[in-house]
Amino acid sequence: MIRLENLTKLYGSFVAVDDITLHVPRGVLYGCLGPNGAGKTTTLRMIAGILRPSQGRVLLGGDDVQKNPLAAKMRLGFIPDRPFVYDKLTGAEFLRFVAGLYGQQGDVVERRVAELLEVFELTSWKDELIEAYSHGMRQKLIISSALIHRPDCIVVDEPMVGLDPKAARLLKDIFRQFVHRGGTVLMSTHTLEVAEAMCDQIAIIQHGKIVAAGTVGDVRRQHQAGDASLEELFLKLTGGAQVRELIEVLGGGA
Amino acid sequence: MIQPSLLHVLQPKWRTALQRLREERASGGTSKLVVLILVGGAFWALVFWILYRILKGLRAAQELGPLIPGKMLGLILLSFVSILILSNVITALSSFFLAKDLDLLVSAPVDWLRLYLAKLGETLLHSSWMVALMAMPILTAYGVVFKGGILFAPYAILAVIPMLILPAVVGSAVTLILVNIFPARRTRDLLSIIALGAAGGVILLFRLIRPEQLARPEGFRNLLDFVILLRGPTSPFLPSEWTSQAIMGFLRHEFDPLPLILLWSTAAAFVTFGALLHRALYPQGFTKAQEGAERFVRGVFWRWTVGSLLGWLPVAKREFVLKDIKLFFRDTTQWSQLILLAVLVVVYLFNIQALPLHRGEPVGFFYVNLVSFLNLGLAGFVLASIAARFIFPAVSLEGRQMWLLRSSPLDLRALLWSKYWVGTIPLLILGLILTGLTNALLQVTPFMMILSLATMTAITLAISAMALAFGTLYPQFETENAAQIPTSFGGLVFMMATIALLAAVLIVLSRAVYTYVRSAWEGQAIGVTAEMVAWFVVAAALCAAATTIPLRLALQKMQTFEF
Repeated sequence: MIRLENLTKLYGSFVAVDDITLHVPRGVLYGCLGPNGAGKTTTLRMIAGILRPSQGRVLLGGDDVQKNPLAAKMRLGFIPDRPFVYDKLTGAEFLRFVAGLYGQQGDVVERRVAELLEVFELTSWKDELIEAYSHGMRQKLIISSALIHRPDCIVVDEPMVGLDPKAARLLKDIFRQFVHRGGTVLMSTHTLEVAEAMCDQIAIIQHGKIVAAGTVGDVRRQHQAGDASLEELFLKLTGGAQVRELIEVLGGGA
Repeated sequence: MIQPSLLHVLQPKWRTALQRLREERASGGTSKLVVLILVGGAFWALVFWILYRILKGLRAAQELGPLIPGKMLGLILLSFVSILILSNVITALSSFFLAKDLDLLVSAPVDWLRLYLAKLGETLLHSSWMVALMAMPILTAYGVVFKGGILFAPYAILAVIPMLILPAVVGSAVTLILVNIFPARRTRDLLSIIALGAAGGVILLFRLIRPEQLARPEGFRNLLDFVILLRGPTSPFLPSEWTSQAIMGFLRHEFDPLPLILLWSTAAAFVTFGALLHRALYPQGFTKAQEGAERFVRGVFWRWTVGSLLGWLPVAKREFVLKDIKLFFRDTTQWSQLILLAVLVVVYLFNIQALPLHRGEPVGFFYVNLVSFLNLGLAGFVLASIAARFIFPAVSLEGRQMWLLRSSPLDLRALLWSKYWVGTIPLLILGLILTGLTNALLQVTPFMMILSLATMTAITLAISAMALAFGTLYPQFETENAAQIPTSFGGLVFMMATIALLAAVLIVLSRAVYTYVRSAWEGQAIGVTAEMVAWFVVAAALCAAATTIPLRLALQKMQTFEF
């Protein structure tokens, strides 16, 4: 469903994403893990067509995001990590606007808007300007907007940031159901428990490259990690020594 | 505890400014700098030259000596102070209550006085730099004509600085009080309306009292009345008058320290009172400013009216147009500028109506056509300024939401199309009203009326396209304040390009109009000749090129945007 071929992104001489090749099949919830600045967000934004790759290509359901952007984007729902939306629209208006961008209108949209607002407990806020929404409410609204056109795949950057435990649980259930029905989710996250509990497959990115990929079991086997937790595996692959130093620094005064 | 210095508190601001300069230089900013220096220099030279000629002429009138120049300086400085108070009120709202660095500063152990002085300094700088720059060529002309000598420059700076401080203190205090009285975010809306309404009022009043009367002494009963008027101070309790007195005293070589003492002591007293007021009211006001807005909007009005009207459009375009209209009318800082616009249109028409053209002389016909023709340029310039304010920032304002637009299957052409027509239609209506009413007031012939309306339509289409295109070519995605977008480098380039287009179109059309006026003047039969048609075609081609090429470039640029 989502295919990255030799994807590379350069900022001047800095290589943010370095020749990544990845295939996320239909019906899979795929997690992108990696430390800050590893290139996860850049990769996701290239998949969403917001950034142009320096080399390589992104295919969504067979359509090249750069060469055939409209067809590719019709399949996609993108949820960014920072919830910037139009402050002077109401929640319901924003959802209608997004539906319009995907060419949808009429009663179908109205029903879908009502349904999504209900699911995310925003119904009582639907006629209020977004400028009055909290960070978490904006995040919920953006998630609703990504689902409004019933996409085939969802690309989501740090989905749990800003959500309360109830909404986080709801989102996990939504993603699981979405995948169960044949949808595809590619998400980046720092929360290793979330990744371990939710993802069918993971890729660990470090310095713009994939250093490990597959199911958690596959990755353990590849790196001879025995029955280590994902956290230990992650630290091993992305520089655990620094964490130990950090613990020493923090515990120095104790 | 040792308090951080003021410079330290303001560090993020000046470091950001320095970094921006470095980035500009790194990205080939030298050519930008050259353009800015050239345009700025040309503007200063023009202001200086005009004032120099006027002052030189006035100085020759022996009986009145420096009376009229003194009065004129008083009026100029008075208008500066009015503008400064208004802009300080608006700037203080963002620097004291809405700026992004406030959470950090307020939560840090920085004492109230440092916070006040730092924010006052920021407000002063943001709202006064333009006035200060404008004052330079004016005061230089005074210094040169009245032979102020080398010491005049530091003396003038000494006299002008407190005149800038006082409005900053007053503006900040007014904002502080308003934020405390009115419900949080409403203050912002309220301020925009008050400030723009007041600005409109000042312009209207200034126009209606006709300051040009000062230049027509024959209107007064006798010379004595005129001299009495000139000797009287314009407004004895305003700092602008003290600055004017201080400067004119120095230039007349009759140095009197009183105005300077008044200026500096009042400034010191105001800053002290402002600081005390800040200590008393700021914590409560800041808390109020953080409170969320409670505004329920059903939004059915636009859906029923514009939405139904645009029912024939593809859904993406329709939703985009609806969204842009809603955002405009829900943002008070945007729509309230329409008040100012309405006042400017009234003043514009008032000026045209006041022209002494129809006095029965035979030259009337020639002048009516000349004014009607030149009015095209002036109206075009007015439209360009409005486009710079409303259409130029359109793409920049989408910056933060661009993740949504770029990740959706929205065709960028649809986005550009919506932005173009949402801006162009109101501009076109305004342009046609301005031209049509002006020509009706001037009682022009049908030929001139049709020519003017057709030209205005073509020019407006081009101006809108250029505003949108230059706004896309020089986007400002990170700006905190939308009002700053038109004053950026791109805004300047847009205005220069528009002026060049207006000049080109008018020069081309002048050939056709000249043929027409000459035929009428010589009493020959007036008809549209092949030569005139050729000039019309050239002008139309110019406008068409200025519409399509910029839009194409904008589309290309938009496709390369990365976020």
